[in-house]
Amino acid sequence: MNAIPAAADPDSAYVRIANLTKRFGDFVAVDDVSLDIRRGEIFCLLGGSGSGKTTLLRMLAGFELPSAGTIRIDGADMSAIPPYERPVNMMFQSYALFPHMSVEKNVAFGLEQEGLGREQIRRQVGEILDIVKMGGFGARKPHQLSGGQRQRVALARALVKRPKLLLLDEPLAALDRKLREHTQFELINIQQRLGVTFIVVTHDQEEAMTLGSRLGVMNHGRIAQIGTPSDIYESPATRFVADFIGSVNMFEGRVSDDGADGLRIDCTELGCTVRAPRTASCTRGATVWTAIRPEKINISRQPPAAAGQPGPAENAVRGTVREIAYMGDMSVYLVQIDSGSMMRVTLPNVMRGAERPIAREESVWLSWHGSSPVVLTE
Amino acid sequence: MRLTTASGRRLVAGIPILWLLVLFLVPFIIVFRISFSEVRLAIPPYTPLLTWRHGSPVLQLHWSAYRFLFTDPLYISSYLYSLKVAAVSTLCCLGLGYPMAYAIARSDAASRPVLLMLIVLPFWTSFLLRVYAWIGLLKNNGVINNVLMYLGVIHHPLALLQTDFAVYIGIVYSYLPFMILPLYANLEKHDGTLLEAAADLGARPLRAFVRVTLPQSFAGIVAGALLVFIPAVGEYVIPTLLGRTDQIMIGRVLSDEFFENRDWPVASAVAIVILLLLVVPIMLFQRLERRELEAAR
Repeated sequence: MNAIPAAADPDSAYVRIANLTKRFGDFVAVDDVSLDIRRGEIFCLLGGSGSGKTTLLRMLAGFELPSAGTIRIDGADMSAIPPYERPVNMMFQSYALFPHMSVEKNVAFGLEQEGLGREQIRRQVGEILDIVKMGGFGARKPHQLSGGQRQRVALARALVKRPKLLLLDEPLAALDRKLREHTQFELINIQQRLGVTFIVVTHDQEEAMTLGSRLGVMNHGRIAQIGTPSDIYESPATRFVADFIGSVNMFEGRVSDDGADGLRIDCTELGCTVRAPRTASCTRGATVWTAIRPEKINISRQPPAAAGQPGPAENAVRGTVREIAYMGDMSVYLVQIDSGSMMRVTLPNVMRGAERPIAREESVWLSWHGSSPVVLTE
Repeated sequence: MRLTTASGRRLVAGIPILWLLVLFLVPFIIVFRISFSEVRLAIPPYTPLLTWRHGSPVLQLHWSAYRFLFTDPLYISSYLYSLKVAAVSTLCCLGLGYPMAYAIARSDAASRPVLLMLIVLPFWTSFLLRVYAWIGLLKNNGVINNVLMYLGVIHHPLALLQTDFAVYIGIVYSYLPFMILPLYANLEKHDGTLLEAAADLGARPLRAFVRVTLPQSFAGIVAGALLVFIPAVGEYVIPTLLGRTDQIMIGRVLSDEFFENRDWPVASAVAIVILLLLVVPIMLFQRLERRELEAAR
């Protein structure tokens, strides 16, 4: 394997998607998307249904022709190349295994099209089946396999030709939760071993965060944000992204001060002043949205130290617990704050059977650190 | 409550069983029994199977009807001719029907019922009438010859009627829907992503068809082929109206034995041998179907 690690040349675009648009009649499925994907990385396209992520993937595979724009893979323009000549393979959401062929025959299919010798095909099929841990199942038919085994065969079939680019359409959607978690790490493992560039389409943000070295969040056919999983989670660029990835408490407000020590935002919906890190595009008087992740909020019976000072409270509100959902590893509190709005707070259940847990209808203080709120302008 | 469901179930299963028993098995046994008799001038025109001699029953099995089938070359040549006509017609139906079924299965959902309707539409006219209509088209001063002569393509009428060609036309025309419908039912269920997967793995469209679509439609091909082949072997009307006079098919032999020669035992033996010839492909088909069902589960 002579794959170049992603870190070696981070600026090189191995797959370059430029101004790509796909229209179906009046409907614009993919709208002027430009995207660079690096060699050897796992890039996740994340979006809801109808966001255009699958159409984008199908254009990369060659099943759909772009209405406008270009796709280049390793420098070569793909516009006029039919699917059967592209250096790209796809793992289908339904796996699309040939039901009348054995596992071995399924995996060998792609190599047979290249006209390789029988002995070489047998060897390469054996190798890839060992990599996906399906070595002993070569003679089985797809209907004799479990869902997880089929997924492995589909992966082997897509990888056996060592494509320049592997497209994975919801690769783990058909697996149950436990198996999915396990398979995620194995997929990363195999990808690193073979050095093939992966593009994964998924609607599952957890899957995208675990798998992807970078994510592209799609909405209405456009890319809303591109970045590493932590970029996207901690610094969402838009309200859509903040809301789509994880859960968030979002309140409209007005910038009352943009001093050197940070922003000061008056939130009537929240009933307190929010102090947040400075962002370049915010000026005094602008209407903004502050987004605070539920796990970054502290919940306590006592007022936080800063709230004891005179004047309107900063980064702290009072409220009443309305609902508690126990999830095992954590608990979700729905708190109605004094302004009437609801806030969502999550707390890890660190101790087993805590002494005096906060109960429903109890009056509490919610507070957060000044670096926690994200200020969004669009 | 339980009793009524059980008896209800028995009734539902019982009706088709009774139907098959009375209208298929009993006639079959009668024909089978007659085939082991000898012809005689009486009513009924065959010897009884059991005779009473000295107060005890004696079974009298005569093999003469079967022996006769294999000594007179008329029967063997008719069997072979029928098998040939049925086989060629089946292949023609497959060649014509597969692309049609494929096209219907691939057409958009709105036009599919219309296209299927067009396939079934000929059944609205009597079968006999449609075969007669072919006489009008194929005869020496029929539509086809007249048009060709008028256009100057030919100067003497072509002998189309009373040829093998006319029989093939008649059988293919009449049985084509029986090929198309099971093929359509099969092809319609195919998963389009499998063809995409084949293309993705480097197979050109024709190769993807040969490696993916064709093998998966095998059950449909077999079903359609049997639905054409089996009735074509015993076909009576089409070869009688359109076919040769020097070479007749086995269905015609059967009817001649019954109604012209009044030789019921030989006629019955002819029928039994046809059945034996057809049992083999039917059993093959059923085995395939069972395998198909297991794979689908």
